[in-house]
Amino acid sequence: MSDASINSTTAQTGDAGFGDFFALLKPRVMSLVVFTALVGLLAAPVGVHPVVGLAAILFIAVGGGASGALNMWWDADIDRVMKRTRGRPIPAGKVTEGEAFAFGMTLSVMSIVMLALASNFVAAGLLAFTIFFYVVIYSMWLKRWTPQNIVIGGAAGAFPPMIGWAVATGGISVESVLMFTLIFMWTPPHFWALCLFMKSDYEDAGVPMLTVTHGRKSTRKHILVYTLLLAPIAIGAGFTSIGGPVYLSVAVILNALFVKGAIDIWKRDEAMAEADQYRTEKRVFKLSLYYLFGHFTAILLQATLGSYGLGGW
Amino acid sequence: MSLSKQHEMHKRRFSRNMGLGLVLAGFVALVFGLTIAKVSDDEFAVPTEEAGS
Repeated sequence: MSDASINSTTAQTGDAGFGDFFALLKPRVMSLVVFTALVGLLAAPVGVHPVVGLAAILFIAVGGGASGALNMWWDADIDRVMKRTRGRPIPAGKVTEGEAFAFGMTLSVMSIVMLALASNFVAAGLLAFTIFFYVVIYSMWLKRWTPQNIVIGGAAGAFPPMIGWAVATGGISVESVLMFTLIFMWTPPHFWALCLFMKSDYEDAGVPMLTVTHGRKSTRKHILVYTLLLAPIAIGAGFTSIGGPVYLSVAVILNALFVKGAIDIWKRDEAMAEADQYRTEKRVFKLSLYYLFGHFTAILLQATLGSYGLGGW
Repeated sequence: MSLSKQHEMHKRRFSRNMGLGLVLAGFVALVFGLTIAKVSDDEFAVPTEEAGS
């Protein structure tokens, strides 16, 4: 590389630091992947060797991160427009698009192969499908085409507990499907609440979010409908082998709060929301984070109690 | 223009090289640990073809 490149404002191959590549993996999303996959693994009725479990969780996290890097490679054009994503490594000029693509592809293949070797082909197959779903189905196809992008695309984020479960059991069961459905149904109201108070971002980028295509009133109604559909699934999981009194109590409380929050959002109009700077929408968005964390913590707690012969059904 | 050793670009390169080195070292340790865990498993058996060769 010539000395002249030092003053260049655009990214040059080989310029990025370790942290820039790490940021491509979407660490915050990865932490959610690690947590939910770990819960899926620990809630399974079959135990695995701790080193195998650690390796499996690590490869699931790397696979999830790799799909994030490929998403950033594909979405670099809209990331440059949106306020929320302008600081990401590619739009910030720290990593080139080619580097992000190569990084994402390499880690994707490596994580799938390593997960197959560490655990089994069902788990590796699910990870491969998750990466394919997030990058091709969601990022390349649905995100810019339909306002239902979040609904179907949310499946990508819902797979990790299922993969964790498959690492231990080598298969799929009602419990793992319920954990998948919990995240799948939670994603739309969570994300649409965010869209309500980050409104200009998606409009500027031309992404067909529900708020842009169907209007904000319809989005409020959609949040309520999905929250009402989510509640029986979340509470119903409490009657399976991953549930128990602890989980059921947490689920009932959190779903009551979430449904109340969704009703509050549904009752409001734009004038009310703008008057208090989207206070309710921001509160429900924050609550949605606690909602998911609370459910999976309760599953984990229930599994821990169960291993001591306490707390299960 | 001569490049000072303290230039910010060098720091970024160093961080990347150091990070990659640590990740690779961690990966080697993990694969070693996995191998030990797999062969220590009660159900582990060398495939018969390989065992016979």
